[in-house]
Amino acid sequence: MNEIPLTHILFVSTALFFIGMYGLFTRRNIITMLMSIELMLNSVNINFVAFNKYLFPDKLDGVFFSLFIITIAAAEAAVAIAIIINLYRSHNSIDVDDATEMKY
Amino acid sequence: MSNYLYLAFIPLLPLATFVLLGLFGRKYFAKTAGMIGTASLLTSTLLSFVAAKQYFFEDGKINGAYQKIIAFKYTWLEFSPNVSIDMGIIVDPISVMMLIVVTSVSLMVHIFSLGYMKGEARFATYYAFLSLFTFSMLGLILSSNIFQVYMFWELVGVSSFLLIGYYFDKPSAVAASKKAFIVTRFADLGFLIGILILGFYGGTMDISLLIEKLTVTSSPAFINITTASFLGASMLTWGLTLIFIGGAGKSAMFPLHIWLPDAMEGPTPVSALIHAATMVVAGVYLVARLFPVYSMDETALTIVTYVGAFSALLAAIIACTQTDIKRVLAYSTMSQIGYMMFALGISKNGGENGLGYMASMFHLFTHAFFKSLLFLGAGSVIHMVHSNEMKDMGGLRKLMPVTHIAFLIACLAIAGIPPFAGFFSKEEILLAAFHANKLIYGIALFTAALTSFYMFRLYFSIFWSKESTLHNNHGEGPWTMKLPLIILAICAAGVGFVPFSQFVTSDGIALATHIDLLFSIAPVGLTVVAILLAASFYKNQNNKPEKAALAFGGFYTAAHKKFYVDEVYLFMTKKIIFPLIGQPIAWADKNIVDGFMLGLANTTAKISASIKALQSGKVQNYALFFFGGVLALSILFIYIWK
Repeated sequence: MNEIPLTHILFVSTALFFIGMYGLFTRRNIITMLMSIELMLNSVNINFVAFNKYLFPDKLDGVFFSLFIITIAAAEAAVAIAIIINLYRSHNSIDVDDATEMKY
Repeated sequence: MSNYLYLAFIPLLPLATFVLLGLFGRKYFAKTAGMIGTASLLTSTLLSFVAAKQYFFEDGKINGAYQKIIAFKYTWLEFSPNVSIDMGIIVDPISVMMLIVVTSVSLMVHIFSLGYMKGEARFATYYAFLSLFTFSMLGLILSSNIFQVYMFWELVGVSSFLLIGYYFDKPSAVAASKKAFIVTRFADLGFLIGILILGFYGGTMDISLLIEKLTVTSSPAFINITTASFLGASMLTWGLTLIFIGGAGKSAMFPLHIWLPDAMEGPTPVSALIHAATMVVAGVYLVARLFPVYSMDETALTIVTYVGAFSALLAAIIACTQTDIKRVLAYSTMSQIGYMMFALGISKNGGENGLGYMASMFHLFTHAFFKSLLFLGAGSVIHMVHSNEMKDMGGLRKLMPVTHIAFLIACLAIAGIPPFAGFFSKEEILLAAFHANKLIYGIALFTAALTSFYMFRLYFSIFWSKESTLHNNHGEGPWTMKLPLIILAICAAGVGFVPFSQFVTSDGIALATHIDLLFSIAPVGLTVVAILLAASFYKNQNNKPEKAALAFGGFYTAAHKKFYVDEVYLFMTKKIIFPLIGQPIAWADKNIVDGFMLGLANTTAKISASIKALQSGKVQNYALFFFGGVLALSILFIYIWK
């Protein structure tokens, strides 16, 4: 069985990244935006793992980085959910367009 | 050299009282403020007497001359090793003498106010202001640095402003306090420039050093200051004259006297304190403090002499025509301060020639007692009659015996009848004037006669003239009002016997003086004639005053209108300064200076309004911009800028 070439994987991760970015820019629901950010983070993770596997198979740096990113993403999700709950309590909505107090 | 450090407590105690009463007075000490103020000032007074005893009788004298002692010095602000602003305490004959005068008169006023101001809503505030004033005045006296003098000088001005405007719900009092502050502040500008001139050429602001440098004709500082000239007068003359202008403002010398009569709007005890014994003599004190330097410059001394003599005469003439008793006293104060000024002006420094200096200080000393007595007596009368106008008074001698006797003593003292205090000091002044300048002597003699005339006009109008029509006979007032009158009356009668020339002279060496009986005949004779004249005019009601007024015609009207000095000021300010200088400057300020700044602000506002939409508050927009930026930079670095 032929190995999957690196470019295929990079293609997947790039696609994932831009899908996440599209979601981030277009969605107004803050939870969806959070999910989009997770997508972007994971596309980066795929990149790290792929480069590690294909270019430096005897090292583990890329894997470590993706582990770090997963940890941080988990923490970030916790913080973000807390913010979202507070936002919901004060504005009765999780639509970013409803929170406009800081606008000029 | 012994320790005089405790002198610092003399001004600091009133300061502490001011802080205490000013911060907590209305809440916690509304009733006891008077007692607190009086007690703290009593301590200060006792300390000053201790200091006077120590200085004059124990250790002030070295080799037969009283020394200048710097009891304490702390460099507060240093410009260069020589030029610095210090906080210091100077002990010399005049400062110790002034300590006695200020603390005792202030104490009497504090006690008198206990009765006079009783029941006032802002009783504690009143005592706080009194304490602030006393603190500033004592600080002024003890200052060892000329800039320190200036600072306390301004503090005195502020506290007098506060006290004159004490009845701030009365428009005339507010106007008077503003007038007093602005006029003296205007004069202080001269004082400040004078200080800077002397400080610049003398290279120091320390009074003792300044005197040392500017009195030696061969010193480089003296040569510099006398050779540098401006508009035909040497810088020394300019500096001293400008300082004298500051002094003239505080001491109400012509033409800066206009604030003093109006300042009578303040409570009467305040007038006794500020406008009789302390603040108004600050100018005299200032000239005396720098007298060794003044004596090096004939021109400045001549100015002092003639301004003093002219003010003395002018004020005496005006005083004869006024009907408000406090205004009469105010003009009389101005006249007596004129005496002190010209006595300084005709004096020389040191030895026998220093008679004028000694006489001036002596007159300051005696005047403080009898003039504050006159004011407190007037306060007592006003308390009884509830009016300042002479026509509402008359026949009060039976209703207020203590005030009557005290007032009589004070009138005799100010008129210069032996053996009351004023006689001795006035004789010394006249004697000095006689030896120095016959014209001045003539003015002084005539003024002395006028003085006794208007003082006895006042006395007879208040206490004789007609039967009292008062119905509200509530007595003379509590003992707190009588006691100061009695004490001051004793002083006014007795302080002339203090061998003053032994203690306070221009060079610290005792001066032998003797009362020349033959010389005294002229002034005392004239005074007696003036008193008799006043008696015939005012002892019983008759039409002689009106006839005399008619005989003088226009001159009387002019004097009654205070020689139109106020009107001249109003004309100068309203017709010349405001439209020709003030309004153009105001226009330039409003349209050019403000216009530029407003234009700047408006432009900024317009630009920001047009671009504020960028700040939409939508995070996704920002992220989009951010992404666009990253994209553009990537393209730039990857494809274009290889």
